[in-house]
Amino acid sequence: MNLQGVGIGRGLALGPVLRMPDPLPEPSDASSGVTADEEKVRAAGALAATAADIRIRGQRAGGAAKDVLEAQAFMAEDPTLRDDVDTRIVAGKTAERAVFEAFAAFRDLLTSMGGYMGERATDLNDVSQRVVANLQGVSAPGVPNPDYPFVLVARDLAPADTALLDLDKVLALVTSDGGPTSHTAILAREKAIVAVVGAPDALQLADGVTVVVDATTGLVTASPTDDEISAARSTMAARAAAAVTPVGPGALADGTLVPLLANLGSVAGAADALAKGAEGVGLFRTEFLFLDSDRAPSVAEQQEKYTQLLTSFAGKKVVVRALDAGADKPLSFLNDEPEENPALGLRGLRALRANESILRDQLSALAAADAATEAELWVMAPMVSTVEETRYFTTLARELGLTTAGVMVEVPAAALLADRILADTDFASIGTNDLTQYTLAADRLLGSVASFQDPWHPAVLRLVGEVGRAGALLGKPVGICGEAAADPALAVVLVGLGATSLSMSPAALADVRAELSRFTLDQAKEFAEIALSANSAVEARVAVAAAASSLTNTTLTESE
Amino acid sequence: MAERTVSIASAHGLHARPASLFVQAVAGSGLAVELTKGDKTLNAASILGVISLGIEHGDEVTLRAEGDGADAVLDELATFLTTDHDA
Repeated sequence: MNLQGVGIGRGLALGPVLRMPDPLPEPSDASSGVTADEEKVRAAGALAATAADIRIRGQRAGGAAKDVLEAQAFMAEDPTLRDDVDTRIVAGKTAERAVFEAFAAFRDLLTSMGGYMGERATDLNDVSQRVVANLQGVSAPGVPNPDYPFVLVARDLAPADTALLDLDKVLALVTSDGGPTSHTAILAREKAIVAVVGAPDALQLADGVTVVVDATTGLVTASPTDDEISAARSTMAARAAAAVTPVGPGALADGTLVPLLANLGSVAGAADALAKGAEGVGLFRTEFLFLDSDRAPSVAEQQEKYTQLLTSFAGKKVVVRALDAGADKPLSFLNDEPEENPALGLRGLRALRANESILRDQLSALAAADAATEAELWVMAPMVSTVEETRYFTTLARELGLTTAGVMVEVPAAALLADRILADTDFASIGTNDLTQYTLAADRLLGSVASFQDPWHPAVLRLVGEVGRAGALLGKPVGICGEAAADPALAVVLVGLGATSLSMSPAALADVRAELSRFTLDQAKEFAEIALSANSAVEARVAVAAAASSLTNTTLTESE
Repeated sequence: MAERTVSIASAHGLHARPASLFVQAVAGSGLAVELTKGDKTLNAASILGVISLGIEHGDEVTLRAEGDGADAVLDELATFLTTDHDA
């Protein structure tokens, strides 16, 4: 059986399938036939056993996961919850049903409080499922944790699942839902795990079946033949050998420099990015400073973090994005209004303008950190749609002491007017994930429309080309900082469309560097033309792959 | 009955890690401790109860306990609450 999905990166893996267990069905409300006292004993035992089990997992996980799990253990032992469970049992419920209802009541209470408390509702669900599983004598839903390497197959993975995943044992991830920007895909890129997402039949794979997962083609082969297995093994060995080649600056075959930068979400990733050959940071996301709090951090707190970041990249370029809240990452203190279409709502620079003091504080902290360090700091505004917004941000950044200010191009309107936008700012950085979502009108968080979320789409590429042309005309840099830059073949096309630098998860740098070095700028431009003239994302990808392989074959023949 | 009223020092209130540590300290004391914020009083060893009070930085809460060593236990818990665990 072969399954087709969307491959993330270019990895290849071979191993046995393990399925993420399905959530348990809601326990029935039928009475059990045993006495209330017996049910109480069962419930108490299951709650205690679950708390003990969670603590052991916490000690094994360590770090931040340990704190989360320790809190979950206290939830299982909670005396108020226990009283509520007992009351429900006395009223005639089984232990399972009483536990389910008691946790649900607390969950609803927390959800109604919103914000941080609302997020704890997920933890409660997880604890509830574990206690019910213990009572029913079935295995608890959650991430499998065998003592051998495996290919994890799931509907999709939540952050709570992946926090507990032993990545050393995960050979590959295969999901039935979720697109290239799902949490699973982002995790796979960050940690360089082989992944195929959005493969609709993935849930038909049974535990223990051997699969070959090929992210380059997006193909999952179940029960491969001996020939297919040995072909996969030799490809893996060849790639492992290629990965140890020395690292230099990103460049095309003709010597055209294309700086390869890292996308980072915290200061902690700096050393790893440098080790993987990042020439700087093309997108530093600042949300981590804000997400865990119900208020914006002070200028001094922010300055300290930015100083750490800039110190790690002394002498290199660091592009910091102003706080990008909204849609998939709401912040209550920026925008607390429920919105029908958050992706089209008050987010990005729009939300910052509505709370200008937060933007001013952030830019001031950045300017102060810049003055105290040796890195080359650039700042940019997220989700800019108009020339007027461009002027607003650029002027404010300069007023607060920043020397280089630019805008992100994620909205088609900004791409179409790139010549006017770039005239009023220092640089543009194209966020291909949002640009694709807005161009194809497909919610990037929605699995059912994941097939639209493909940056190879010629409409998206044409918009990138508009920005590239404007940049060349005005002599302004145009970077790419979306996931598209991490796809090696697409990276070449983007350079052909006028991108002057590429920023990506550090794990993708080696493959992209290798691919760029195979082609000249003229060839990259030729691929760009081929992709632009295609009718669909799939056609563009296939046509460019064909052109690239015919070029490579010709080169080989000539050199013989 | 011993009683202490304190104001919460942790910058992000009594959520997450501070709440978990507080409940741990209460459970470790071996005494039944009550926590009151406004008109709500609950068992201080209940993490779900503590979280659902939505206790923020600067909020005043009252601790009550009875029995051997109640004063010492409440002193310790009061010290915990008046320390900024998010610093």
